[in-house]
Amino acid sequence: MTTNALTSKSSTSGRAGDKIFSGAALAAGVLILVTLFAVAVFLLIQALPTFFADPAKVSGGQGFFAYIWPIVIGTIIAAAIALLVATPIGIGVALFISHFAPRKVAGPLGYLIDLLAAIPSVIYGAWGYMVLAPALVPGYEWLAQYLGFIPIFEGPASQTGKTMLTAGIVLAVMVLPIITSLSREIFLQTPKLHEEAALALGATRWEMITTAVIPFARPGIISAVMLGLGRALGETMAVALVLSTGNLIPSLIKTGNQTIAAEIALNFPEAFGLRLSELIAAGLVLFLITLLVNMIARGIIARHKEFSGAN
Amino acid sequence: MAKRIDVNDLNVYYSKFLAVEGVSINIEPKSVTAFIGPSGCGKSTFLRTLNRMHEVIPGGRVEGQVLLDGDDLYGAGVDPVTVRSQIGMVFQRPNPFPTMSIKDNVLAGVKLNGTKISRSDADDLVEKSLRGANLWNEVKDRLDKPGSGLSGGQQQRLCIARTIAVKPDVILMDEPCSALDPISTLAIEDLINELKSDYTVVIVTHNMQQAARVSDKTAFFNIAGTGKPGKLIEFNDTTAIFSNPEQKATEDYVSGRFG
Repeated sequence: MTTNALTSKSSTSGRAGDKIFSGAALAAGVLILVTLFAVAVFLLIQALPTFFADPAKVSGGQGFFAYIWPIVIGTIIAAAIALLVATPIGIGVALFISHFAPRKVAGPLGYLIDLLAAIPSVIYGAWGYMVLAPALVPGYEWLAQYLGFIPIFEGPASQTGKTMLTAGIVLAVMVLPIITSLSREIFLQTPKLHEEAALALGATRWEMITTAVIPFARPGIISAVMLGLGRALGETMAVALVLSTGNLIPSLIKTGNQTIAAEIALNFPEAFGLRLSELIAAGLVLFLITLLVNMIARGIIARHKEFSGAN
Repeated sequence: MAKRIDVNDLNVYYSKFLAVEGVSINIEPKSVTAFIGPSGCGKSTFLRTLNRMHEVIPGGRVEGQVLLDGDDLYGAGVDPVTVRSQIGMVFQRPNPFPTMSIKDNVLAGVKLNGTKISRSDADDLVEKSLRGANLWNEVKDRLDKPGSGLSGGQQQRLCIARTIAVKPDVILMDEPCSALDPISTLAIEDLINELKSDYTVVIVTHNMQQAARVSDKTAFFNIAGTGKPGKLIEFNDTTAIFSNPEQKATEDYVSGRFG
């Protein structure tokens, strides 16, 4: 008998759990990839007729590219406004909760912000066009009057307030909780040791945050902003309700502009044939934009990997 | 540089809990003072009151006086930020900033409070501080690499370099070698001996041999029981503490007959 005592026992009961777990993890991973791939294939197949159609028959009569690029720009403008507004506020609120607020305030405040993320987008949209848009009209008139020489504030201002800037602000309110909650979690994970290191060198609280907390949280902040961007790019209902659409124009305070997601949502119910294919092609473009932005973000995070503290 | 510290009847609290009671101690400039004692006796807590790091913990507060060359650290209108830039601290676990290069780690404290420093001055200071921490030769070719890539002992010396770069009067060390191997420990102990010529050094250690090796004076802290405050039992020349202690508790502790 030359049986190795070490080989006989191990491959029985104890290993079954390991196998089930690794199998489940693998299945989950594959499922994500398959889903993503299936979405991409569906969009591509459904969109194909648009790319080969007679340009005169596509909406606008000048081919798909001429149709899509204004709303691509519109989408990017809306998302950019949302992030420009929401990122500093979100990070500020997260820092307040994690490092400045007394514990009694911080807990409920964090909970409240998590709740904000759960409000359906149609509610935000309704609030946007019923409350926010009219309230912003005087502001837009002021902008048009005094800053009208800047193309983005060119007048005459919309009298309903249903403009790109309003849509961007509504989107900002919607992505704010995402950025805030994720940033807060990251800020709270900053090692005490690093915070104390900064304080012991004579850092003020704010310097402690800039030397220890923010650099540590940087990849997490980028991820949070990317998730927010995903929501801003893909948001349909709020923009559809708030924005009074039109052609692409530089002014953010006049009626005009459109985003991909809202374009799809508004036109989908009556679309058939080539129009349907067009809208799906628009969806494909949105998919590609999101993919591209995420790859760039990954690239930024990876570039600083050496200094992430994970080594 | 190198100021003296005089503590008068200091009580240290965590909220309502009295952690350390009635400590009075005089720490000479340009000397190494070691705090020894069993776990939980309050020696680290007390050390952290010497540069107002104790109050960073929620509920942390003190009663009494800590004088740095006669100026009360806890006096009205004293900014803890100023205190900490004059009394540096090295922690139990090496904690270089992981997102910064070796060079930026050394300069981290110098660049605070809006201080601007020219590139050549910065380079000089980096070299001087790293030399002062006996680390220069090991890292001079990779100053732009992350500090977290160094070994534990090197990281701890980087933290010391970072501390001396701000030119403090006093350096507090909270068990600086407890996470290090014997060779790195030796390197730090040698360094402590050199630092003594420019700074007042206070070190908390669990290792009595270390206290005997590096310190001029030793303070023994003890605790009567769980939930009771820690107290300073005896403070004397290190040789006296280890060879001829006055208190029975000190003798039991240093001879290993404790508990």
